[in-house]
Amino acid sequence: MIRYVLGRLTSLIISLFVASIVIFGVIEVIPGDPAAFMLGVNARPDTIAALRAEMGLDQPLVLRYFEWVTGLLQGDFGQSWTYKTPVSELIADRIWVSLPLAIYALILSTLIAFPAGIYAASRRGGPGDITIMGATQLGVAIPNFWFAMILVLIFAINLRWFSAGGFQGWEDPLQALKALTLPAIALALPQAAILARVMRSSLLDMLGEDFIRTARAKGLSARQALWRHAVRNALIPVLTIIGLQFSFLLAGGIIIEQVFFLPGLGRLIFQSISARDLIVVESVVMLLVFTVIVVNFLVDLAYAAVDPRLRTKA
Amino acid sequence: MSILDIRNLSLRIGATDILHHVNLAVQHGEIVAITGESGSGKSMTALSVMGLLPRGAKPQGQIILNGTDILQTSEPDLCQMRGNTMGMVFQEPMTALNPVQTIGDQVAETILIHEKTSKATAHARAAEMLERVGLKVAPTRYPHELSGGQRQRVVIAMAIALRPKLLIADEPTTALDVTTQARILILLQDLVRDFDMGLLLITHDLAVVADIADHIVVMQKGRVVEAGPTPKLLSEMQDPYTKALFEASTHQVDLPGKTDVRTGSVQLLNAKHIVREYPLPRRTLFGPRPAFRALNDITFHIDHGERVGLVGESGCGKSTLTRAILGLEDVQGGEIRLEGEPVFTDHPNLAVRRKMQVVFQDPYGSFNPRHRVDRLITEPFHLLENPPVGAAREAAISKALQDVGLSPEDAGKYIHEFSGGQRQRLAIARALIIEPELIIFDEAVSALDVSVRAQVLDLIADLCRKRPLAYLFISHDLSVVRSVTDRVMVMQAGRIVEQGETEAVFTDPQHPYTQALIAAAPQLPELPHAIETV
Amino acid sequence: MSRNLIIGAVMSVFFVGLAVLSFLWTPYDIETLDIPNRLLTPSWENLLGTDHFGRDILSMIMMGARTSIAVALVAVGIGMGLGVPLGLLAAALKGSLLDEVIMRGNDLVFAFPSLVIAILITAVFGASAVNAIIAIGIFNIPVFARLARGAALPLWERDFILAARVCGKSATRISAEHILPNITNLMIVQGTIQFSLGILAEAALSYIGLGAQPPTASWGRMLADAQTLVSIAPHTALVPGFAILLMVLGLNLLGDGLRDLLDPRIRVARV
Repeated sequence: MIRYVLGRLTSLIISLFVASIVIFGVIEVIPGDPAAFMLGVNARPDTIAALRAEMGLDQPLVLRYFEWVTGLLQGDFGQSWTYKTPVSELIADRIWVSLPLAIYALILSTLIAFPAGIYAASRRGGPGDITIMGATQLGVAIPNFWFAMILVLIFAINLRWFSAGGFQGWEDPLQALKALTLPAIALALPQAAILARVMRSSLLDMLGEDFIRTARAKGLSARQALWRHAVRNALIPVLTIIGLQFSFLLAGGIIIEQVFFLPGLGRLIFQSISARDLIVVESVVMLLVFTVIVVNFLVDLAYAAVDPRLRTKA
Repeated sequence: MSILDIRNLSLRIGATDILHHVNLAVQHGEIVAITGESGSGKSMTALSVMGLLPRGAKPQGQIILNGTDILQTSEPDLCQMRGNTMGMVFQEPMTALNPVQTIGDQVAETILIHEKTSKATAHARAAEMLERVGLKVAPTRYPHELSGGQRQRVVIAMAIALRPKLLIADEPTTALDVTTQARILILLQDLVRDFDMGLLLITHDLAVVADIADHIVVMQKGRVVEAGPTPKLLSEMQDPYTKALFEASTHQVDLPGKTDVRTGSVQLLNAKHIVREYPLPRRTLFGPRPAFRALNDITFHIDHGERVGLVGESGCGKSTLTRAILGLEDVQGGEIRLEGEPVFTDHPNLAVRRKMQVVFQDPYGSFNPRHRVDRLITEPFHLLENPPVGAAREAAISKALQDVGLSPEDAGKYIHEFSGGQRQRLAIARALIIEPELIIFDEAVSALDVSVRAQVLDLIADLCRKRPLAYLFISHDLSVVRSVTDRVMVMQAGRIVEQGETEAVFTDPQHPYTQALIAAAPQLPELPHAIETV
Repeated sequence: MSRNLIIGAVMSVFFVGLAVLSFLWTPYDIETLDIPNRLLTPSWENLLGTDHFGRDILSMIMMGARTSIAVALVAVGIGMGLGVPLGLLAAALKGSLLDEVIMRGNDLVFAFPSLVIAILITAVFGASAVNAIIAIGIFNIPVFARLARGAALPLWERDFILAARVCGKSATRISAEHILPNITNLMIVQGTIQFSLGILAEAALSYIGLGAQPPTASWGRMLADAQTLVSIAPHTALVPGFAILLMVLGLNLLGDGLRDLLDPRIRVARV
């Protein structure tokens, strides 16, 4: 077990290391002179020189990378050129919108998908299964940002149950949750459709396994065999998808934030792109990638909790 | 009164008739064996009794178990009976257990589902039951930590935890090695006596049947063709199919003497002190990786025209040795030479490779399903410098197909159009098409029904008559090896523990392992003359 | 032929037909603005109405279909063209350092959702449809590589591959001759699914301004333009949305239908 965790941890660190090199390379090496790039063609030479000095561009590349990474490890993401504030502060303000949104959506998606997938599998070929599978076909095909617009049209503009957008902060947690509800639904439903399909097909695979027949021979009813023996085994592929979905929810959140005018990482990144504030873009992208890699690591640990074969193997 | 009384059982699945008017009965403390080849309906009979038929199956007739007609019983009541009045053991111990639950939990579940006892009591009883079936590992273990034989004991413990009146065992030892099989069969016999239960044993292996059954039921294509008490049926069998089945099981191949008497100084195949190791996962974090020695100082040779057998149980290194001989994998120590040339080189040495071909076990996995027969069996032409083209190629294909008893017209067909036995013939045709010096038969008849197996073995003997042929015949089945080889080697845990003239080894085994293997293999008793006249 | 296959094929062919037709003819020229006739609801003149610049929405949908299909198709091409050979190579060299590097590289790309790749590219090179193609295409590579490797590995254990090796054939040749034909069905089915995902991704990227730029018509951009108008002119948002929905639905049904037709045991990955 310890070996398994250490192995996954090593691979986590290597992934983070390589990802940081890729991001650093794209942002700070490909443009040539990032300072000149950020300031645009009409910038005065002395402004460029000032930015160059501030970014430490006169130092060798390796040293700059090293300083960037040590900064990141200490929570120092550098200084935003356009906002003139530390990037860590900019991110800290906004992560409390983006991260809760992704988690909220993941919980919703799981809560919808598990019962739907299990129900459909247990009623294979029946009217319930056909209805659920038809609904998931639609769910998989619907663009989530368009779905978000439709939700706004129905629930905010026509029914006035929710506000059409904006976020007032976490002082009033209930209000905050309410503001995130439509965005979370918009994100969650299409993902829930995918997850329900995976859950169903994974369960059906398991129901065809020999050990289900053994369980039936012991006297378990079809339903007992499903719940006691198939579900836990079916979770193994489902966990993989949940892990992948988290990164999509996080990234997808960036788009949904646009629809609901939420002050999250999405808005920060788009403003930074149009302002050519590479320092902010670099940090936010690194943060997103970091989260995805860490979540995948957690999924690997969850595998070991579900599957004893992983605990004893290397 | 019988525990189980099947009367006039017929079964349809969709539009296919599976069973026709099957009748049989099982008494207390009695072992009834249903036997027959694949497609005979023996497994479906067992599943009918359990009430676990696939969807869309329509059974008719009566299955009276302990006074209740299974076919008239509701599903909830059937759940009450399964595991309680009747238990079942399946063929594949490797997949029959839930991989994410401990074995103790799985045995205890049988008890908990039927009786209102505390979890602690159920687990204590489960542990007792696991001990009763001779399992010597803790109930907290997971299935993947156990061997096939151990897992089968767990499945048996699950099935008998509540001392059912009837135990159904569907090919319970087919996936096991002969020594493990012998122990599991003894366990089953012992349990039947001890619990006074009935055992319905389903098996294709007539030697097992003759060995332990009190009563035999022979099935063919969904019908019972003959049934009776074991000694009576063996001595007075009436039905031609039964006779043919027993004849095929004891089939003696008429192997011609060695036809190739080349006595050059160079041996056909020569292996000296071969060692092959596979690295295992590290035990400690930074320690060296331990290694598993799959082949340990293997030395042997095969002469031109010699037919050599290799027997051993699963995991003994047979497959590793096959790959090493074929030059597919390098070895860490020693050397294998074919007519003096090393078989393994960094770039495949075609001149060596074209002297060897192989026939594998699985008639379904041995061919690319997307190619036609002509392309499939001419694949070895890749080894030739000037492969035949045009009419010469056609002629070679026709000859190869005819040599193995197929027709030249088969060249245009796809593999799914052939039966298992025909596929093995095609595999032999593919091996023969470039007329190699040596053929390796890797469990080549193990997946076949007895009657088909007999035909393929006859084909091999026939080919030996037509041309000088040397082969290495690898099998776990002692009787098959005995009938088609001149010399035999016995392998155990990566070593060759005994080798010698086949008859000498079988009649007077020297090594304790060989003795154990031969003792464990179930044997059909000497059959009366009536059969041999068929 | 299942019902899925027929419905899916009809829907997909319909949109591909629209895109092809747009090269020859559209009801109106979408580059001419006609402000007086803006935000018209559907009528016989403009079957699907007009947008805030008075452009004919049907014409825009036809031109947008072109962008969507082109982007998604090229992205699938990139993913298959690079992913399948990489996956086959990794499978042929299972357990080797190269296999490890390819698979770790795949894992790494999975940590960069196509949106993040698009953000990186846009930040440095600016936004364009090409940007969308590259972002989606890069993300498709590990999808196909994993799938190809996963499907090829069990084949390498099969006896017919051993038989080919006994015949002295090289790993490359075996991959091309025996492995590839046996995974083609799977790749076709997954390709259809990735195609539909590409349509969705292109729409999303264009919606947030990281994809196709004006004057290139794109369904995602049409939705972005419609966002502020949704309460006064819902059809500007509904029409492009349904276009995406139906096109993606059609491709998914086609994928399912192809799977049922080619090999019902195929399991596709949807991420």
